[in-house]
Amino acid sequence: MREVLKPETEDQVLEVVRWAVSSKTPLEVRGQGTKQGLGNPVVCDHILDLSGLSGIELYEPQELVMTARAGTPIADIQAALDEAGQMMAFEPWQPKGLYRTEGGTIGGMFASGASGPRRPLAGAARDHMLGFHAISGRGEQFKSGGRVVKNVTGFDLSKLMSGSMGTLSVMTDVTLKVLPKPEKSRTVLVFAPTDVGRAMLDAQNSPYEVSGVAYLPVEVAAKSQVSYINHASVGVVAVRVEGPAPSVAVRCQLLRELLCKYGEVEELHTSNTVTLWREIRDVEYFSEGGDIWRLSVTPSEGPTIADALGDVHYLDWAGGLIWLQASGQDAERIRAAFPNGHATLMRAPNNVRASVDVFQPHPDGLQALMDRVRAGFDPHAILTPGRM
Amino acid sequence: MKMPKPDQATIARRSEIIKRLRAIVPGEGVIVDENELTAYECDGLMAYRQLPMVVVLPQTTKQVSDVLKACHEMDVKIVPRGAGTGLSGGALPLADAVTLGLGKFKAILDIDYDNRCVVAQPGVTNRAITEAVEDEGYYYAPDPSSKIACTIGGNVAENAGGMHCLKYGLTTNNVLGVEMVLMDGEIIRLGGKHMDAGGLDLLGAVTGSEGLLGVITGVTVRILKQPDVAKGVLVGFPNVEAGGECVAKIIGSGIIPGAMEMMDKMVIGAMQDFVDSGYPLDVESLLVVELDGQEIEVQYLTERVSEIAKSVGSTFLRVSDTDEERQQMWKGRMSAFPSVGRISPDYLTMDGTIPRHRLADVLTRMTELSKDYGLRVANVFHAGDGNLHPLILFDANKPGELDRAEEFGHDILRLCVEVGGVLTGEHGVGVEKRDLMGEVFSEDDLKQQQRLKCAFDGSGLLNPGKVYPTLHRCVELGRMKITEGNIPFPDIPRF
Ligand SMILES: Cc1cc2nc3c(=O)[nH]c(=O)nc-3n(C[C@H](O)[C@H](O)[C@H](O)COP(=O)(O)OP(=O)(O)OC[C@H]3O[C@@H](n4cnc5c(N)ncnc54)[C@H](O)[C@@H]3O)c2cc1C
Repeated sequence: MREVLKPETEDQVLEVVRWAVSSKTPLEVRGQGTKQGLGNPVVCDHILDLSGLSGIELYEPQELVMTARAGTPIADIQAALDEAGQMMAFEPWQPKGLYRTEGGTIGGMFASGASGPRRPLAGAARDHMLGFHAISGRGEQFKSGGRVVKNVTGFDLSKLMSGSMGTLSVMTDVTLKVLPKPEKSRTVLVFAPTDVGRAMLDAQNSPYEVSGVAYLPVEVAAKSQVSYINHASVGVVAVRVEGPAPSVAVRCQLLRELLCKYGEVEELHTSNTVTLWREIRDVEYFSEGGDIWRLSVTPSEGPTIADALGDVHYLDWAGGLIWLQASGQDAERIRAAFPNGHATLMRAPNNVRASVDVFQPHPDGLQALMDRVRAGFDPHAILTPGRM
Repeated sequence: MKMPKPDQATIARRSEIIKRLRAIVPGEGVIVDENELTAYECDGLMAYRQLPMVVVLPQTTKQVSDVLKACHEMDVKIVPRGAGTGLSGGALPLADAVTLGLGKFKAILDIDYDNRCVVAQPGVTNRAITEAVEDEGYYYAPDPSSKIACTIGGNVAENAGGMHCLKYGLTTNNVLGVEMVLMDGEIIRLGGKHMDAGGLDLLGAVTGSEGLLGVITGVTVRILKQPDVAKGVLVGFPNVEAGGECVAKIIGSGIIPGAMEMMDKMVIGAMQDFVDSGYPLDVESLLVVELDGQEIEVQYLTERVSEIAKSVGSTFLRVSDTDEERQQMWKGRMSAFPSVGRISPDYLTMDGTIPRHRLADVLTRMTELSKDYGLRVANVFHAGDGNLHPLILFDANKPGELDRAEEFGHDILRLCVEVGGVLTGEHGVGVEKRDLMGEVFSEDDLKQQQRLKCAFDGSGLLNPGKVYPTLHRCVELGRMKITEGNIPFPDIPRF
C-alpha cells in the first residue's frame, strides 16, 4: 500500500522530508502525477504530493515576473498569464499527447525541464527559471536565485533544479520570467520540399526571427488536424513567424520568397497555426501507438539521422529534435545512430523503461560528477531515487 | 576585505612547484620573474593587488589537465584567469597560488553556420567571435562593454551580460557547450552543438561559477543572424521618475527592445568634453532604445516607443535616420565608463539589479547616500532588465576615501537587496561582494551552493577565497545534522 503525504505548507514539507531523512525512507516527489510516464519507474512506499502547495504568490506583468507555489496548477498560471496577455515563452508541452493525462503543476513542469518548438529562439524552462525555494534531501530549507532576470549572485542552482525530475531537492516555490504574447502568429508551409534539411536551415538561419521550424513527413502530416496539411499527401516543412501584425505579414512574405525554391508554399493564419504547433509540441501525432523516443541532435544532421533510423518520425528545432516512434528496446540501435546529442525514451511500458537506460548514459567521469552533485543535495538518495 | 592567510609552507616550496610546472609547460609558459608577474597582480578591480606565486600559461587542454593534476597532488591552489577585465576580483591572485592564464588559447576551432555556432578556445575575445562571422551576416549576441578585451572563457565564468542581453539573453542563454578540466585533472565535456546537454544541467551551473568549479578550455556558443534593420531612439526626461516610467511602459506594453540603456545627468555631463555624443545636456536622465528586426516592424515599434516617451513627458526625442546616426547614439553610452574616469581620479563600479519599478525610489535614496558619504555617484543602467551600474567617484590618494567609497557601495547593494534585487547582475561576486553574500543568503543557502563546489572540487584548491565568505571543508559540509521529524505528522493530510 502506498501512502500519499499531502502537505499544505512549506513547514509541513520540511517535516515530511526530515522524517524521511531520519528514517531513510524514500519519497516519490510528485505534483499532479501527470508525467509519471517520463523517466525510470520509481518504486517508493511514500509519495510526497505537492499539489496542496498551491497559489500564485506574486505576479507583476510589467516586471515580467511571477512567483508561484510549486503545486500551483499550470492551468491557473496560464489563466493569469492569458489575462495579462503574457506567456511562458519556452512553450512547455502538455502531457496529453504522450501520457493521456491533463494538467500538471508548475513545479513538475520545471522539474521535467519542459520546452517546446520555440526552444531555439526563446530557450527552455531552464532559461526562464529565475529562482526557487526548496528543501534539500538533507532536510534543509534553502533558496537560490531571485526575482530579477540579471543575477550572478552565487551559483545558478535554478539550472540544476530545472530538469532534475524530483531528485536533488523538493521545490516549494518557483519564480519565473514571463514574456508578452506575440500579437500575431502565422506559419509558412513548404510542400514536398526537395531538400528538407536545407529548407529548414535556410528558414532557421534567416534574419526573420522564426519561432518554430519543423518537418512532418507524409505519414505524420496525414494525422494533422489542419486540413491544408493532412490533405497535402506529401511531407511538409512548417515555419512559424510571430510578432506585431505588420511585421509578421512581411516576414511571411520574405520567407515564402526564400523557400519557394524547395517546393510549393502556402501560409496558415492564426487558428491553424495554433493547432499545428500544439500538435507538434505535444507529440499529438503519436498519441496512439507504441514507444516514443526524443532525440536532441546537431540540427544539420537531424534529417539524415532520422532517415537512417528508418522509423516513423518528425522533426522540430530545424532538425535538432527528432520525435521517433520506435521500440524502447531499441536503445542501442538508436543511440548508435548519432555521435553527438542524446536520446530519451519518452514513452514505454514500465517494464521496458525499467530494463533500458531511459536517459542517455554519460561517460563514466561525467556520470560520477553528476552523482557527486546529486549526493551534495540528497546524500541518502531519498528523493525520487532512480527516476533519473 | 581579507583574503585567506597564505600558506607559508606552500610558498617555501615555490622552486619545487616551478620545476614541476616547467616539466609540463616549457619555456616562457611559466612566469616567475617579479617584473613580469606584476602584469598579473590584479584584474579590473584595481583597488586590490597581489603578486601571484607563479603564472602558468598552458597551450593545450592536456597541459591544463597536467598542471591541475600536479597542483592537486602538491596541494597547491589555482586561480584561473582570462583577460583579467573582471570587475569583482575573481582573478585576483593569491600569494600562495598559481595563476593559470588562458591567454594562449586563442584559436577559433570551428565556425558552423548551418548549426549557428562557433567553437572557440577560452582565450578568444568576445569581439573576435563576432568578427569571425560578421562577413556572413552573423554575430554573437552577449556584448559586454569590455568585449574587445575580455575572453569568452571569462564570459562563461562570469555569465557576462551586455546591452543586447535584454532581448537575446545572457551568456548562459547563448552557450551550447563547454570543455572543462576539474581540479584533479579530469577533462569533462558538457553539451555540444545540440540543444540541452542531457542529464543534470551542469552546463548551466558552471556558467557564472567564477572559476570555482573548473577551468574552461573550450566553449561552443550560438551565433545569430544580424537583424535586417536597427534603429535608435534617444529620449530625454526632465526627471528620473519619467525615465523609469517610460521603461516600465515600454516593457509593459509588450515590447522587448534589442537594447534599452539609461544614463543620468552626471554621466552625460562627464562625456561632454570627451566624446561627441550629441546628447542633450538639459535633461535629468537619458534613454537610448534600440529596436531591431524587419524594417516594417522596426518602423512600427519606433513609433510606439516614441508615443510612450511623449506620454510620460519626455522633453527630447530623436529617432535615428541612418545607421551612422544610430551608432552615434551609442557612442556616448559606450564611452560612459571612460568618461567618468576622466572626471574623477578613481571610481568603483557597482552592479546591483533591482525590480524595474523601484528605479526612481532607489535613485532618490542613492542621492541621499551620496550626500551622507560626501562622494559623487554617476549612474548608467541596463534599464530594460533593472541592472544598475552606479559609479562611485573617489580619490584613492586621499586617506580613507577608498574605504568610504566601498562602504557607500555596500550600502547601495544593501539597498538593492532590500527592494527585492540582488548584489550583482553581471560582474560577479568575486572578492568584492563576497562579504555581502550574507545579505542575500542564509548560512544554509550558502552551504548548499558550496556543496556543489565540493562535487567539482573536493580539495577546495580552485580559486579559494572568492564568492563565499566562509570556507568550509567538504567533509564538514557533507556531514548531516539529523533532526528527527515527527511521525505521524498530525497536521498533514494523508491518503
Ligand atoms: C571597462 C569594462 C567594462 C565592462 N563591461 C561589462 C559588461 O558590460 N558586462 C559584463 O558582464 N561585464 C563587464 N565587464 C566585466 C568583465 O569584462 C567580464 O566579467 C568578463 O566576462 C571577464 O572576462 P575576462 O576574460 O577578463 O576574465 P577574468 O577577469 O580574467 O576572470 C574573471 C573570472 O573568471 C574566471 N575565469 C576566467 N577565465 C576562466 C576559464 N577559462 N575557466 C575558468 N574560470 C575562468 C576567473 O578566475 C575569474 O573568477 C567590464 C569590465 C571592464 C573593465
